[in-house]
Amino acid sequence: MTKREQRTLAAGRTYYRQFNEEIRALVREGVTDFVIRECNGQRYLATALEGDLTFDIHGVPGQDLAAFMRGPKIRVRNNAQDGVGNTMDGGRIIIEGLAGDVIGYAMRGGEIFIKGDVGYRVGIHMKAYLDHQPKIVVGGKAGDFLGEYMAGGIILLLGMFSDKPDAPVAGRSLGTGMHGGVIYVRGEVPEHQLGPGLHAQPVDSEDLKVIGALVEDYAKELKLDSKEIMSENFVKIRPFSHRPYGNLYVPC
Amino acid sequence: MLFQPVNKNYHEFCIDRDPDLCISCKVCVRQCSYQAHFFDEARQKVVHDNTKCIGCHRCEALCPTAALNIRNKPSDFRTNKLWRPVFLQNIYKQADTGGVLLAGMGSPVDIPVYWDRMLLDASQVTNPSIDPLREPMELKTFLGAKPRKISVENDKNGKPSLKTKLSPQIELEVPIMFAAMSFGAINFNLHQAMARAATETGVVYNTGEGGLHKSLYKYGRNTIVQVASGRFGVHLDYLKAGVGIEIKVGQGAKPGIGGHLPGEKINDKVSETRMVPIGSDAISPAPHHDIYSIEDLLQLIFALKEASEYKVPVAVKIAAVHNVAAIASGIVRAGADIVTIDGMRGGTGAAPAMIRDNVGIPIELALAQVDQRLRDEGIRNQASIVAAGGIRCSADVVKAIALGADAVYIGTATLIAVGCTICGRCYTGKCPWGIATNDPKLSKRQNPDIAAKKLTNLIHAWGHEIEEMLGGMGLNSIESLRGNRDKLRGVGLSDTELDILGIKHAGR
Repeated sequence: MTKREQRTLAAGRTYYRQFNEEIRALVREGVTDFVIRECNGQRYLATALEGDLTFDIHGVPGQDLAAFMRGPKIRVRNNAQDGVGNTMDGGRIIIEGLAGDVIGYAMRGGEIFIKGDVGYRVGIHMKAYLDHQPKIVVGGKAGDFLGEYMAGGIILLLGMFSDKPDAPVAGRSLGTGMHGGVIYVRGEVPEHQLGPGLHAQPVDSEDLKVIGALVEDYAKELKLDSKEIMSENFVKIRPFSHRPYGNLYVPC
Repeated sequence: MLFQPVNKNYHEFCIDRDPDLCISCKVCVRQCSYQAHFFDEARQKVVHDNTKCIGCHRCEALCPTAALNIRNKPSDFRTNKLWRPVFLQNIYKQADTGGVLLAGMGSPVDIPVYWDRMLLDASQVTNPSIDPLREPMELKTFLGAKPRKISVENDKNGKPSLKTKLSPQIELEVPIMFAAMSFGAINFNLHQAMARAATETGVVYNTGEGGLHKSLYKYGRNTIVQVASGRFGVHLDYLKAGVGIEIKVGQGAKPGIGGHLPGEKINDKVSETRMVPIGSDAISPAPHHDIYSIEDLLQLIFALKEASEYKVPVAVKIAAVHNVAAIASGIVRAGADIVTIDGMRGGTGAAPAMIRDNVGIPIELALAQVDQRLRDEGIRNQASIVAAGGIRCSADVVKAIALGADAVYIGTATLIAVGCTICGRCYTGKCPWGIATNDPKLSKRQNPDIAAKKLTNLIHAWGHEIEEMLGGMGLNSIESLRGNRDKLRGVGLSDTELDILGIKHAGR
């Protein structure tokens, strides 16, 4: 365990550029644990930060929280906006509320745990490489294009803690063009919401082991009952090919 | 072989083998990665299959007895100005396969090349020309946002110093850069050669969207790292590795669509650099799915600036399309420090032929319009303009700069310098010249030492020629040429074309 040093900052009305510069300067000085109060939509918090750092964010962080991040652990005590974990490499983000669009775009490692709903285009082009296995768990429901072009990693969609009782668990074009990774959905997912060529399949015991471990982790971070989450069936959506467009072309 | 299907009969090339010269040494058999040449055991001699020839000329170049000539197949369809052979051949192929026509390299179609319709000025008697062999000539170029005005303060000894804080700049000794060609599309030997040649000549090369191999980080001062929709190999070390970051929104050869690096080209080293599994397709979606508006673009530009701590300029590359000037204006207002415009003749490793040959506009028109628009709006200083897509020689570079470019990218010319013959089959992964392939046996045909030397020579040669042309115009600095359209005249162009290019007709 490295030496810990905590600092509390009030974001207030500080412009993101100054605020992030201040955070980077403190990281260089050896501060490891940040409590950020009065967060008012400041963008790019923890963007491109690296290492064993923690951020406890009170208020709503702005767009691109933790973009390109590698390592830190972030807890958001409220909702988050768009672009959380954009192209993120590692670390963990826990969002106790809901989150906006484009969460985990092209992320390659780490976990994003969201308690509530998420918007459109979540987990697009997530990819895995060796021990980099990105994971997104959404406690609520997801908008359109979840896991589009997914190339690796795991998306787990629970549909439980949602503010949208009438919405389907996921919007349209779920997993379109996916060529790696897996999407697990608790309960059922309407077939017409899936992208072309995809089908919801039953999970096997290996899948349940993976889901169980992930749910355990998720429930612990968000103080939820893992047994209740696991009390329902799951289905999985896998790519039909790791080269979905391999036969599309002819040389001219 | 009689009774072949029609599409087999109308192949493109013929291999002429002079039987008196051929010694059946099998060099051509070993060199041809398309198996057009083979040794016939029954007849105990080397023979060939014309239908497999792609016209790369590798065998011809290496035949020790000069026994080989590659020709276009002389047999013709009935002459028809509408139904030209290419349309027939393509329809035959698509009727057989149901496939989308895939093509490599830049568009070969006959659209006007405006470089050839613009002529440069020279000094005579008045404002004498400058001899670059005697006088210093300044080609140095800085890419990045420039301040609207600068303020200077003097210290107590009267020594002036610059008070204005300058934005980060990319410094180029010559206003030419090696264009974005990803590691994966071309092989490691050539990435290394570009990195070394850029370092040697004081210019930069662009990584393309396939990441940067860790052994090339040491050339970072001469590297622009690219971020495209697939985000392959994009991580914080990569973003901090170069002197600039380029967001690739579009490519001149395939505006509006993404790219698929076929699994065949993804070997261990490409996999490691892109951080994707071996053998799996690397798919770049058509748009960045986190950019659906100028506001979203602004968000990514500043995410990258935050990630690189505002130490490097951020460029945005778009294809030259109809409304390119308005789009470029939005890009500059979104905070880009460099706008790269890629014209429709730009090269590609793979693009659907219909897109490549029918979508976009020529770089000359796009460049002139973007420069003019940014000037009219008073924001030209906020970003540099880089022109790309079909720059063939140093005169094209000079003309591009006179039309308003700060610098140019050369991609196809870079590959030609190391032996490419534009056969256009880059997407097969079987490039016989060892360029667009990651096959270890084929990539060995590119020696990085020799390739780096050739690229260095090319930049030096073009640099000298640019100095000559500048001197001839009575200019001693490339800055004096930038956007100086008075140095250009059109020939054989309509009033509309002249108006768009912002130049007068020759004789005026």
